[in-house]
Amino acid sequence: MWLLNSSIGRKLVMSISGLFLILFLLFHLCMNIVAVFSGEAYNMVCEFLGTNWYALVGTLVLAAGVLVHFVYAWILTMQNRKARGNDRYAATARPKGVEWASQNMFVLGLIVILGLILHLSHFWANMMLAELAGVHGEIAPTDGAKFINFYFQGNIVNTILYVIWFVALWFHLTHGFWSAIQTLGWNNNIWLGRWECISKWVATIICGLFVVITIIFYVNGVGA
Amino acid sequence: MDKDIKVTLKVWRQKGPKAKGQFETYPMEIHQSVSFLEMLDILNERLVKEGKEPIVFDHDCREGICGMCSLYVNGHPHGPATGATTCQLYMRRFQDGETITIEPWRSAGFPVIRDLMVDRSAYDKIMQAGGFVSVNTGGVPDANAIPIPKKDADLAMDAAACIGCGACAAACKNGSAMLFVSAKVSQLALLPQGRVEAARRAKAMVAKMDELGFGNCTNTRACEMECPKNISVSNIARLNREFLKAKLKD
Amino acid sequence: MAEINSKIPQGPLAEKWTNYKAHQKLVNPANKRRLDIIVVGTGLAGASAAASLAEMGFNVLNFCIQDSPRRAHSIAAQGGINAAKNYQNDGDSVYRLFYDTIKGGDYRAREANVYRLAEVSNNIIDQCVAQGVPFAREYGGLLDNRSFGGAQVSRTFYARGQTGQQLLLGAYSALSRQIGKGKVKMYTRHEMLDVVLVDGRARGIITRNLITGKIERYAAHAVVVATGGYVNTFFLSTNAMASNGSAAWQCYKKGAYFANPCMVQIHPTCIPVKGDFQSKLTLMSESLRNDGRIWVPKKLEDAKALQAGKKKGKDIPEEDRDYYLERRYPAFGNLVPRDVASRAAKERCDAGYGVNNTGLAVFLDFSDAINRLGKEVVKQKYGNLFDMYEEITDENPYETPMMIYPALHYSMGGLWVDYELMTSIPGLFAIGEANFSDHGANRLGASALMQGLADGYFVLPYTIQNYLSDQIQVPRFSTDLPEFEAAEKAIKDRINKLMNIKGKETVDSIHKRLGHIMWEHIGMARDEKGLQEAIQMLKDLKKEFWSNVFIPGSGDDQNTELEKALRVADFLEIGELMARDALNRAESCGGHFRVEHQTEEGEALRHDDKFMYVACWEYQGEDKDPVMLKEDLNYQFVTPQTRNYKK
Repeated sequence: MWLLNSSIGRKLVMSISGLFLILFLLFHLCMNIVAVFSGEAYNMVCEFLGTNWYALVGTLVLAAGVLVHFVYAWILTMQNRKARGNDRYAATARPKGVEWASQNMFVLGLIVILGLILHLSHFWANMMLAELAGVHGEIAPTDGAKFINFYFQGNIVNTILYVIWFVALWFHLTHGFWSAIQTLGWNNNIWLGRWECISKWVATIICGLFVVITIIFYVNGVGA
Repeated sequence: MDKDIKVTLKVWRQKGPKAKGQFETYPMEIHQSVSFLEMLDILNERLVKEGKEPIVFDHDCREGICGMCSLYVNGHPHGPATGATTCQLYMRRFQDGETITIEPWRSAGFPVIRDLMVDRSAYDKIMQAGGFVSVNTGGVPDANAIPIPKKDADLAMDAAACIGCGACAAACKNGSAMLFVSAKVSQLALLPQGRVEAARRAKAMVAKMDELGFGNCTNTRACEMECPKNISVSNIARLNREFLKAKLKD
Repeated sequence: MAEINSKIPQGPLAEKWTNYKAHQKLVNPANKRRLDIIVVGTGLAGASAAASLAEMGFNVLNFCIQDSPRRAHSIAAQGGINAAKNYQNDGDSVYRLFYDTIKGGDYRAREANVYRLAEVSNNIIDQCVAQGVPFAREYGGLLDNRSFGGAQVSRTFYARGQTGQQLLLGAYSALSRQIGKGKVKMYTRHEMLDVVLVDGRARGIITRNLITGKIERYAAHAVVVATGGYVNTFFLSTNAMASNGSAAWQCYKKGAYFANPCMVQIHPTCIPVKGDFQSKLTLMSESLRNDGRIWVPKKLEDAKALQAGKKKGKDIPEEDRDYYLERRYPAFGNLVPRDVASRAAKERCDAGYGVNNTGLAVFLDFSDAINRLGKEVVKQKYGNLFDMYEEITDENPYETPMMIYPALHYSMGGLWVDYELMTSIPGLFAIGEANFSDHGANRLGASALMQGLADGYFVLPYTIQNYLSDQIQVPRFSTDLPEFEAAEKAIKDRINKLMNIKGKETVDSIHKRLGHIMWEHIGMARDEKGLQEAIQMLKDLKKEFWSNVFIPGSGDDQNTELEKALRVADFLEIGELMARDALNRAESCGGHFRVEHQTEEGEALRHDDKFMYVACWEYQGEDKDPVMLKEDLNYQFVTPQTRNYKK
């Protein structure tokens, strides 16, 4: 199977799964924006995405996307380390024009994953998982807005952790987006610079809004 | 103005492919108008006079076109100058008192033979897998029979400028040979003569590259930045395109 | 004395090659599989021959000294390749290309060979385009041409400033395809040290594996030598560091004639020598002469000031500049052939008008072109060359004129071959720069690529069959034959002898001294006394080499000093033969200039009545003088004239 055996095939899987995750981020961002304006509206969305079959399927697909992206990243990194040989350079220098993020995607990805675990423990475990398991805490699993307020409003530690997470995500995306496009082959001399620029914008819009929203939650909580 | 400078060379010495290597330090006093490889010549002359074995390094044309010279100088393949090979590097790029670290290409695809000399035959093997147009000598149409848009011919030439030195894989943190492979695939895919077997070529060359243990490209662009011939990573995009098209058609 | 038979086919000039091909003997496909051919070298000639022979069905063993066949020095050719396509509609034809080449070679080449070369030149362009060589094109999509020295038509095809590279990569790709198919066995980092003769025919070679130091034997039905030229005898040249004449020289020592060794080309546009540490000279493409103007100061005091570094080129006013090529050769101006341009530069510098600290440089000035075309256009055309110049010299050629001086570049002389490209040893062929070739006494720009590929793609693959057709019953040879045994032992003895000298001089220091003798006495201007002195000096130097050289390390291991020593040992002898040949040829022609034989205006003076021949040197043994045989050149189709580039 060339998606596993061939280097470009493996890269294609990274590219497609990555783009899919970016789409999800955009969707998630929309939800957060809703929460800024109205906790009630946000809870309606949460309800809509409760334990319905389509929400469960969506969650599974999403989880598969993350898993594939992570597993392939692991495989690629291990193979690339091996391809580098046993001896390392004593003197190294990053050439001009090489983005720091591009050489540290795996580390950035790990930070993103750690953030994700934290995030899942805050929300998904208390909401979808709790509902599925039928184990309820103090807050009702469908009351997402309350969870937001619980974890962020006035909670400086969580807020800082999330901001770190988003910064790592920003670095990851600045390279990840254009790299995905490049892997799909949609690039040439003219678009090379443009995609890199677009990539920075995409990363900045997504992560910037996440950060802003998190800070709003810290200060104000969800919208009334 | 060029002047005499004192530099300290830290040179990787290794007896053979399996032997353990280490750095040796050599102080040098050198005029800045001397080329980097000429400096190594002078050092070697000195070593020979002392009855020691000279430092082994690959070099030949000394005008930046044969692709034979290599060397990883102060963290850069072909040294700190951009768009130039090691043989085109002059000592005026260095400061008085500087320490210069000289290492061989380090990549699983390029095992060290001795000192600074590495085995780059993997690149030849990739070419043998498909880096050609399958025409025999004779029996070809007139050279002007197929007009080729100047733009395509120029792009093909940009890609064809690759000298196969291996700096791309040496610079790549993933040990990937994608820039090298993409340059040939691009050159021939851009021209109607090579278009005919473009799909076959892309698949065969990528398969060989993978088989030889080169890494996976993660688009860091280090290859492009260190390439002595400024081969663009847009060629890698074209290779991806050609490869994916070919696979999806299968 | 042996008869020289060049085997030129009968018939009118334009039909000789066609007739030859129509009547030569061929080898049928089934039999080709049973025949092995050794090709030594992977430059334009070697790679194209190896690929073409393998495509036909022969088994090819191909050798090169570099780590990859793609690195042969053909790759460094910048300017272009000639062909008589007449795409520009400027009146070019096969005959005109033939005529220009014969004339450019100062009437010291074989008519039939040169005509064949011009004939197949067009096929080369077709072949290369089919391989995907990205030649320069016009907006209409058709091929572009430029003009080159010594011609009045635009017939040079080019790929930016990297034509040699692109052509070689084309041949290399064809070769790679055959290696992939298993029809060519490629041996890289192998250096040929001897040719093995069995019953008077070439049947194999001895090589040294440059990585392991192992001496290896290879047998085949025929041996093709495509190992390039020998101008590294001069130490400083535009050739690559590893370029050497040893393979050809060993063939000579086994009985192959060496033809016209004194004929070497000195290229006018190289970056001047800077100091003793210099390892090689860098060529600036001849195409620069299309727009650059060459000059020295008119006044001696200006030259003195330039040499002392008190003045810069741009400080000399226009009226005090001597554009000596335009002055002496109004018709061709800065585009005179290479030998003429080189000699004119030397003449001015010898008269004291040199413009750098060594007094051995002239200006190549682009200020006119920059004023006329604008800096951008000049940058587009020559930008990479200007950058290269600046990197090497630390001077900006857009602002101050470039400095250039002639340097050794190419050897027209080489192994003598007949019309079939076979040397005087049956079964031993020589192609490309390694043979004495089709360039006579001087090669025109953009003709070396043409000749290398013509030999490899379109001539040798035919003519070698004429030889092999009666070899089909000959079984494969064993490398255990006593001839191989003996050859290997001789090589090992030679290496042991070298390793055991344990003297005081490094190989390079002797090579540099050799270079000085060559440049001073057998360089651009030669005379009887100097040549006689040189022969003695070279003999002495050879003696010193064999008694006082020092090579560290071991003979049975990788040893770069030993590699160099083996080459220099041969260079010392090649130099001596060059001197002998130059002494014998008491005339001036092309790249060979004897000061005793010049016109009142200082132009080369040929003596067609006495020297209308190829000087073929036959080896007689160590410490014996070689014997010179003559192959008379009978010009039947063109009348030799004095070359005139004035009007």
